[in-house]
Amino acid sequence: MSNELSAQRIRSNPKYAELVAKRSGFAWALSALVLVIYYGFILIIAFAPKFLATPISQGSVTTIGFPLGVGVILSAIALTGVYVYRANGEFDDLTKDLIEGEK
Amino acid sequence: MRQHSLFGTFIGTAALTLLPTLALAAGDVGQTQQQATNWHAILMFVAFVGLTLGITYWAAKHTRTASDFYAAGGGITGFQNGLAIAGDYMSAASFLGISALVYGSGFDGLIYSVGWLVGWPIILFLVAERLRNLGKYTFADVASYRLQQTPVRTFAATGSLVVVIFYLIGQMVGAGQLIKLLFGLDYLYAVIIVGILMIIYVTFGGMKATTWVQIIKACLLLAGATFIALAVLVKFNFSFEALFAKAVEVHPKHGAIMGPGTLVANPVEAISLAMALMFGTAGLPHILMRFFTVPDAKAARKSVFYATSFIGYFYILTFIIGFGAIVLVGGHPEYLDAAGKALRGGNNMAAVHLAHAVGGDLFLGFISAVAFATILAVVSGLTLAGASAISHDLYANVFFRGRTNEQHEVLVSKAASLGLGVIAVILGIIFEKQNVAYMVGLTFAIAASTNFPVLVMSMFWRGLTTRGAVTGGFIGLAAAVILTVLGPTVWVDVLKYPEAVFPLKYPAIFSMPLAFVATWFFSVIDKSPQAKREQEAFEAQLIRSETGLGAEGASAH
Repeated sequence: MSNELSAQRIRSNPKYAELVAKRSGFAWALSALVLVIYYGFILIIAFAPKFLATPISQGSVTTIGFPLGVGVILSAIALTGVYVYRANGEFDDLTKDLIEGEK
Repeated sequence: MRQHSLFGTFIGTAALTLLPTLALAAGDVGQTQQQATNWHAILMFVAFVGLTLGITYWAAKHTRTASDFYAAGGGITGFQNGLAIAGDYMSAASFLGISALVYGSGFDGLIYSVGWLVGWPIILFLVAERLRNLGKYTFADVASYRLQQTPVRTFAATGSLVVVIFYLIGQMVGAGQLIKLLFGLDYLYAVIIVGILMIIYVTFGGMKATTWVQIIKACLLLAGATFIALAVLVKFNFSFEALFAKAVEVHPKHGAIMGPGTLVANPVEAISLAMALMFGTAGLPHILMRFFTVPDAKAARKSVFYATSFIGYFYILTFIIGFGAIVLVGGHPEYLDAAGKALRGGNNMAAVHLAHAVGGDLFLGFISAVAFATILAVVSGLTLAGASAISHDLYANVFFRGRTNEQHEVLVSKAASLGLGVIAVILGIIFEKQNVAYMVGLTFAIAASTNFPVLVMSMFWRGLTTRGAVTGGFIGLAAAVILTVLGPTVWVDVLKYPEAVFPLKYPAIFSMPLAFVATWFFSVIDKSPQAKREQEAFEAQLIRSETGLGAEGASAH
């Protein structure tokens, strides 16, 4: 199979190493960020619920918890957007270069 | 004045769970009262059914190959797939359940929405494109990529079917109870109608019909929820401060709704639930299957971005809807039961009553029809995922070891859909009077402890062997089921023993790491030549997963 052959060559291609290193590094870093944000939120709920129930300013009813919770939702959307933007642009160009080069 | 005592008890006992509420079936929709026949709702639902049957007819004409049937021929765009995934995820349970939880206890509802959403970035970063690059129709394709087909596919199909069946039971019972309440139809008819329609969509239209039913329903649900939320905000001049102030004033718990309540009182439980929600999503077969309907990894990534955006937006809407219900539904006698305390039909009706409060009878009919359509779309997706596990994994690759043809495989898949549909109806009838609140939680716990660990390790860990995957996966499955049964939701609430053997409602914090450790351990001690070959095959798999080279239907070759 030609796939087998090109797999052999791709493995030793420095562009492949670059692609994998860049993309996995980015993906794991973003995953870690999501975990920190989310479990941070859960831990605040578990250990410092009073903090979330503090009004955002004197005399207001709205508490800190609301912008924070909505912020977690928006950050999830934003981080997926950031990843897709970079993966579908930079990383896919790298992949294309790599595969074209092997033909 | 309203439903303090009843709701107090509910929150007290159901403490950490929205899941019971979400199961819809359960706890508080529970045994619903049949209502007067709702003609607006029925007419709109009939219109939806007419439209979707038309689509099914079109899809059936364009469904010839196995790829058409399982994966809509790979011809769904990223945007369409994003909507379809969002549709799979925005079940009637999450629409009614989350708004009910916000209605009942305010801020706590947000905690669940957040948990339900954060699984999506993880799916995108770690799973989506690799899944697309390695698989064909089911996630078992990926799990068994370099391992022995028979044992690994048997395991993966079992994991899929267990998840599908538990999920179906929850949905069917929920459907029956909800329809009885919204449409004034008998429970039995409701369950049978759902069963027949889903069988028609899936057997005739395959993934094409299932996807379009899901897309239409997602649009209707998003439009309906947007309308309700806007109607609420208009009344407060788009000031959240004003909405919150009024809610705090009229809610029996007053200021307590603005901060975390009793929902997440126990940190271990909270984290366990969070794990099940986050990683369970990445192990749901009907969700994973959607990544094979798009042409390439690029579109797979885009679909997660769109899905995350729609789902996040939807959760923010349900939150506004919950607060709107506190102000516009709670305390209004026309929406309360005879005693004037609880909501008519239970807290899960908060969003539905609010629809009536802001849009009258006609809009109530619309929202009721959307809720029915939602259930229908979700069960269709589940049935297709279950049927694929039976036909593609068990029939074609385990029993016939790949030596069957596509026509037979698709035929078996259709027969399996029919069978699953019948089973779902029967289970729906058997479980009518049961408390199925634990099912959704159990489903996510199983998915997080069974499918997810094996899938992730097959993609990322060179050392994985067949023995490790199968043993570890089954241990995770057994742990999730046994710990749920021994825990408070089944042991105490269903089986009525005074004290739970296992203290947590959500077992994922134990069962998921256990599955990972067991999979690792049984792989490491596997010194067979077969294991060595499997580990050596990792490199080629990795290259395909990273570059898409050789992927099904990929444009790059």
